[in-house]
Amino acid sequence: MGKGKRLATRALSFCLPLVLLFGFLIFPFYWIFITSIKPESELYGGTVTYWPKNPTFDAYRALFVDYNFVKPMTNSFIVAASATLLTLFVATLAAYAFSRFRFKGRRPLMIMFLTNNMFPTVLLLIPLYAIMRRLGILYTPLALILSYTTFTIPFSVWLLNGYLSDLPMSLEEAALVDGANRPQAFVRIILPVLVPCLVATGVYIFMNAWNEYTFAVMFTNEKSRTIPVSLRNLIGQLGVQWDLLTAGGIITIIPVCMMFFFAQKRLVEGLTAGAVKG
Amino acid sequence: MRDKKAGIWPYLLVAPALLVVAAVVFVPVGNAVLMSFQSYDLRRPFAIGFIGAGNYSAVFKDTLFWQSVLRTVIWVVFGVGFQFVFGFCLALLLNRDFKGRGAARSVSLIPWVTPGVLIGLMWRWIYDGSYGVLNDILMKIGIIENPVPFLARQDTVFPAVIVTIIWQGIPFFALMLLAGLQGVPAELYEAADIDGANVFGKFFHITVPSLQNTIYVTTLLRIIWVANSVDVIYNMTGGGPAYASQTLSVYVFNKANALNLGYASAMSILLTLMLLLAAVPYLKTLFKIREG
Repeated sequence: MGKGKRLATRALSFCLPLVLLFGFLIFPFYWIFITSIKPESELYGGTVTYWPKNPTFDAYRALFVDYNFVKPMTNSFIVAASATLLTLFVATLAAYAFSRFRFKGRRPLMIMFLTNNMFPTVLLLIPLYAIMRRLGILYTPLALILSYTTFTIPFSVWLLNGYLSDLPMSLEEAALVDGANRPQAFVRIILPVLVPCLVATGVYIFMNAWNEYTFAVMFTNEKSRTIPVSLRNLIGQLGVQWDLLTAGGIITIIPVCMMFFFAQKRLVEGLTAGAVKG
Repeated sequence: MRDKKAGIWPYLLVAPALLVVAAVVFVPVGNAVLMSFQSYDLRRPFAIGFIGAGNYSAVFKDTLFWQSVLRTVIWVVFGVGFQFVFGFCLALLLNRDFKGRGAARSVSLIPWVTPGVLIGLMWRWIYDGSYGVLNDILMKIGIIENPVPFLARQDTVFPAVIVTIIWQGIPFFALMLLAGLQGVPAELYEAADIDGANVFGKFFHITVPSLQNTIYVTTLLRIIWVANSVDVIYNMTGGGPAYASQTLSVYVFNKANALNLGYASAMSILLTLMLLLAAVPYLKTLFKIREG
């Protein structure tokens, strides 16, 4: 094969599809970003501009000053962080049991945790609303924290079970032989090794809680509203204020993107280990 | 120490997770089943009471229900199908060596971490009939002459929302398949090279079989997820115009918002049964693999 032909093949089979796919995946983000910095005259003008002539950060200012976007951000953070800690705690215990013990009912229990993910959100939504109202926690952060904890438990157990099964038993056995009891062996030996995996699983949980909309819209009010609900509420009677909405969108995805890039490698390992080995 | 005589330990450890799940999933599921046999319309609170299978027989006679079931099938087949195809392409591309590969990998995952609400709204803006960028691009390259209000027309709205869900799901497939690709031993390809296999032969005889489990699990996770997804469609179109983009999940959500909880519960039970039916072979295989 000549050099020219090889280059042409590479361009056609590699560069072109890569550029096209990336264009498709990334362009919408470029578009919401430049929408967020366009002045109103360019947003709803006669021609569509691909780079604003007069970029402005007014929308971001308005979002924080006029619409108090800090409030939903704080709410989202409280909900997501609490759900993350709670889920990690109970999921680690369960995953440890599944990976270290063979006990009666292990298999049905594991199946149960997995099938838990299969129930449609809309199925749980209606009765949960009634239950939360009866318990008097509707419209408090607790309603969302409980819901998100439950929905992220199965996948987290799955992920952590995958990581734990990869850790050799000999690690703990040595400690147990030395006279440590099981909780001690876990805290001293397993936990330190497990930290990166816990972080990756935590990022997954946080991301889900941060982004969830369907429950949030039913279970929150003015005071406890989370970011996705607030974004949607920027749509007023007069139509959508696209500059505000896109600015809010950019602010929403930045924290999860950063966390995600940080934990990406571990998370991918866990997802595939969970999917393939378990 | 995988001891058999662990006694009460494992049960104590599983108990907290089990309790939360039971409270937030199993009790509501039971409630939903009960509700589905009641006339439970909050706009008519005095008529609340058991009506046997009344909701179900009404659902079966509801043409909107059947249309939304059909639409859900199309939504899942095309949505997940193209997510898989493009996700596989992306995984293969990202598996090659090139400058900036790490950054490209991270960046390509952003759609996956974007909230569904935002996805719905941002694509609504892209498809906008007056100021939308898609119309501008299509007019500039001469495919259309006048702007098309994609989300306001019954014939274009459903393809438009499907493109959006495809966009959303490509990264997850790419992520999983890429990790799988990196686990395929290089010797297999080297041996095939010696045998003179071509690119396609290698792809279908080595790559695909090696990734079988990953493909299987990922696809089924996506099917469940896509079938259940409400936020993208709801925030783009609300299911309209004239129900043209209403999948079953969105129909249930709309009915629940309209406070007809009995009817909505009956439909959501049916949706669950359909998903369980699809998931049984998945669970069986999954456990065969895991327990090996």
